[in-house]
Amino acid sequence: MPILPTDVSDEEFKLWIKEKWGYKKLPMAGSAPPGSAKFFRTGDWAAQRPILIKDNCISCLECYFFCPDSAITMETGEDGKKRPKFDYFYCKGCGVCANECPGRKGNKAIIMEDL
Amino acid sequence: MTFEVPKYRLKDLVDKPTYFTGGHRLCAGCAAGSMARQVTMAFNKPTMIFNSTGCLEVASTIYPFSAWEVPWLHVAFENSAAVASGVEAAIKAMTRKGTYTAGKTDIVVFGGDGGTYDIGIQAISGAFERGHDLLYILYDNGAYMNTGIQRSGGTPFSASTTTSPAGSVIPGKSQFRKPITDIMIAHRIPFVATAAPAYPADLVAKVRAGLDVEGPAFMHIDASCNRGQRFDPAKSIEYVKMAVETCLHPLYTVIEGEYKLSRPSERIAKDPSRKIPLVEFLKKEGRWRHLFRPTERTDLIEKFQAEVDKRWEELLAKTGF
Amino acid sequence: MTRIAVTGDDAVALAAKAVNPDVVAAYPITPQTIIVERFADFVADGEVDTEFVTVESEHSAMSACVGASSAGARVFTSTASAGLMLMYEIVFIAASSRTPIVMALANRAISGPINIHGEMTDQMLLRDSGWISLFCEDNQEAHDQTIMAFKIGEHPDVLLPVAVGLDGFILSHAIEGIIPVSRDKAQMFLEGERKADLKLDTTKPLSIGLLHLQDYYMEARAQIKDAQVDAKRIILEVFDEWEKLTGRKYKPIESYMMEDAEYAFITMGSSAGNARTTVDELRARGEKVGLIKIRIYRPFWGEKIVELCKNLKGLISIERAHSFGGPGAILSQDIKSCLYGSGVSPLLAEYTIGLGGRDTLIGDYHRMYERAKAAFTEGKNLPISWMGVRE
Repeated sequence: MPILPTDVSDEEFKLWIKEKWGYKKLPMAGSAPPGSAKFFRTGDWAAQRPILIKDNCISCLECYFFCPDSAITMETGEDGKKRPKFDYFYCKGCGVCANECPGRKGNKAIIMEDL
Repeated sequence: MTFEVPKYRLKDLVDKPTYFTGGHRLCAGCAAGSMARQVTMAFNKPTMIFNSTGCLEVASTIYPFSAWEVPWLHVAFENSAAVASGVEAAIKAMTRKGTYTAGKTDIVVFGGDGGTYDIGIQAISGAFERGHDLLYILYDNGAYMNTGIQRSGGTPFSASTTTSPAGSVIPGKSQFRKPITDIMIAHRIPFVATAAPAYPADLVAKVRAGLDVEGPAFMHIDASCNRGQRFDPAKSIEYVKMAVETCLHPLYTVIEGEYKLSRPSERIAKDPSRKIPLVEFLKKEGRWRHLFRPTERTDLIEKFQAEVDKRWEELLAKTGF
Repeated sequence: MTRIAVTGDDAVALAAKAVNPDVVAAYPITPQTIIVERFADFVADGEVDTEFVTVESEHSAMSACVGASSAGARVFTSTASAGLMLMYEIVFIAASSRTPIVMALANRAISGPINIHGEMTDQMLLRDSGWISLFCEDNQEAHDQTIMAFKIGEHPDVLLPVAVGLDGFILSHAIEGIIPVSRDKAQMFLEGERKADLKLDTTKPLSIGLLHLQDYYMEARAQIKDAQVDAKRIILEVFDEWEKLTGRKYKPIESYMMEDAEYAFITMGSSAGNARTTVDELRARGEKVGLIKIRIYRPFWGEKIVELCKNLKGLISIERAHSFGGPGAILSQDIKSCLYGSGVSPLLAEYTIGLGGRDTLIGDYHRMYERAKAAFTEGKNLPISWMGVRE
C-alpha cells in the first residue's frame, strides 16, 4: 500500500532524508509532508545576523511581518510588550528587519552583526 | 458597495498562525517570502494553495522539503488558474454528493509575472470568465527571475534584463508594462486589488476580502527581487514601498467595479507633494543603472515618468479624485 | 438492457453518464465533440451530478482534470489530435501526479497538414507518458472500456490516468448497436464513488508537485514504472469482473484463428475488424492465417505476443501510425522489441495504413497479405511500407 507523507512522523522524516529512501519506501506521487522545510537549515547562508537592542524596541511588530524566512517570532516580555526573537537556524542574514526597524528616536532596535 | 475590505492592524495579526515555514530556499531578502507569509496570515478556514512554476514554487518545495502547511499543488507554469478551476469544481461536486466534508474551502493561486502577464493569461482569463470562486495572486517581481532575469510583460520600461539588456543601442526594455490589473478588472470580476508586502495589514485584509468574496478575485502584489532588480537584499521592503510612493504601483481596490484608493496611495492623492519622483526610485536599483551612466538619459526618465503620471491620473479619475 | 444504435462518441458519452463523474473538463475538437455535447445535455437535464468545466483550451482541460483528480474527484475528459498535442505537457504530469483521469480519444491525424480524420499516432505518442492506453475495435468496446478505465486507473496499486481510443469517424461517427450499461450496474461495478487516499485534504495538508532534483527524480519516475507493471494484474482482475457483470469477455491481447495459424495479422482498434474479415476470407481459401488484436497498448503485453507468435512463419503488423525516420512504425517497433531475444522470431512485414482517414479496404488487406506471404516464402522480412500512398 502506498504511504502518505502525512503518515510520516518527524523522526521518520529525519531518517528519510538521512538514509535517502528508495522509491518503494517513498510516499506516492512525489508528495511531501506539510512544512517539512522546517528541517532544512538556511541559517548557514548568513554572513551577518540580527541582534536585538531591547531598549530601542518600540514593539511596532513590523520586523515580524517583513521577515521572509519565518526567522522572527514575537515574544512577550515581563513588561507585556512583544519583541522579536531571532531563529538563527533559518535566518539568512538579509538585513530586512534591521533596515526596516524604526527604533526609538532614530536608534535602531535591530542591528546586523558580522558572523 | 456590497462588500468591504476588513480593517486589520498589525497587532490583530501578530498572533495569527502562518502556514509558510522557514527553511525554504528563496534568496536572502526575497520579498516573495515576506508576501507568502503575510498571505497565509489571512487564512481562517480550510485553504488550499495552487502554485505556478516560478521562484516561489521552486524554492519553497525542493523535494522532500515543503514550506507549506496547507494542501499545496504545483502542476505547471501556465495553468495554475485552470488547475484551481478543476479543484473548485471538484469540491462543489463532491460536496453535493457528500464525499467532500471540509465545508467551504478557500482557494489561493500564486503566479509570478511571467506566469500571469504572459504564459498563464489565457488560463486566468478562462477561469475568471467561468466565474470560479478563487483568489489569484500575482506576485510581480518584474521579470522571469527564476530562469535568470528575462524580460516579461510585467517588466517595467527601460529595465535591463538578460533578454532586454541595456546595450549601446537599445537601453533596456523598450515597452511599458502591460496594464495587467486593468485587464483583470475588464473581466468584471467582483474583487481586484493591488498590494505590497511593505504594507502587511493592508495586504492581509485584501487577501481575506478576496477569499471571502463570492467568485473570482485577483490581487497584484509587488514583490521585489534583489537579485534581478540589482540592489542590497536589506532594501527589499524599502524599495517595494518606493514603488508605491512613486505611484508606479499604486494601492487600490476595485470591488464590483467601484474603485477605491488604499491608505498609502490615498495619502498621495490628497497631498501630491508626497509623491516621490520616479527618478529617485530608478537611481536605487541596478536594473536602471544605464539611465544614469555614462550619461543621464533624461529623455527616457521623462518618458517613463510621463507614463506613470498618465496611469496615476487615470486611476485618480476612476477613484473620484 | 436492450440494444440501441449509437455512434461511438455517443457510446462513450453514455458510459460517462453511467459513471456519473464528479468533474468533466473538456474543450471541443472534431471528431470527439459529440462526446462533450452529449454530456452537456446530460448536465443540462440534470441526469448527472457532474461539474462540467467548459475550459478555454485543452491545455486547461487537462490542467483542470489534474487539479480535480488531485482533490479526490472522479474525472473524465475527451479530446483528439491537436487537442491532445496541446495537452501533452500536462499529460505527463497527470501520470506523475498519479491522477486516475479517464480520457476518451477519438483518434485523429496530427497536423500538418491539418486533417480531421482517423489515425492513431495522437494516442500512440502517450506510450512514454505513464498513461494506461487502450484501443477499441467497435462502439460496444468503446462503451465498456470507458467504464472499465475508471476501475483500472483508480485502483490503489495503479493510480494512473487511462486513455481510451476509438478511431476518429470510423467509430466516433459510425452508428452501431450497443448494449449500454445502466447507472446502477456501473456504480455497483465501480463500488460507489472514488475513494482516494492520496489527495488534497485540508486535514492532511500534504504538498504535491515538488521540484525533484538529481537526488530524487529517478525515484519518482520509478514509481510510475512499477505502477505500469502492477496495472497488468489489475487490468486482468477488472476484465474478469466485467465479464461477470455483463457476460462480455475482454483480454489485453486477443487472438482469432491462431491455433494452427502459420501467418497472422497484428493490429489495433477498428483495423482489427477488417483484418478479421480478411482472415475469414483467406481461411475459406485454405490459408492458415490468424489475427492478434492488441487491446492494451500500455502496459504492453509483450510476453503474450511472443507466446502467440511461437508457431508463426510470418507476422504482418498493420497500424494507422508512423514514426518518421524510425526503425519501423510505432507499434511495429514495440513488436520487434518484445520478440528480440525471446527465441521466437517469425518473419515480419510492417505496414502503415490509413493515415488521415485514408480508406483501407478488405482488398487492401488481401494485397498486404499476398505481398507479405511472397516475401516470407523467400525467407525475407518486408520492411515498413505505406499502403495506398500514391507515388
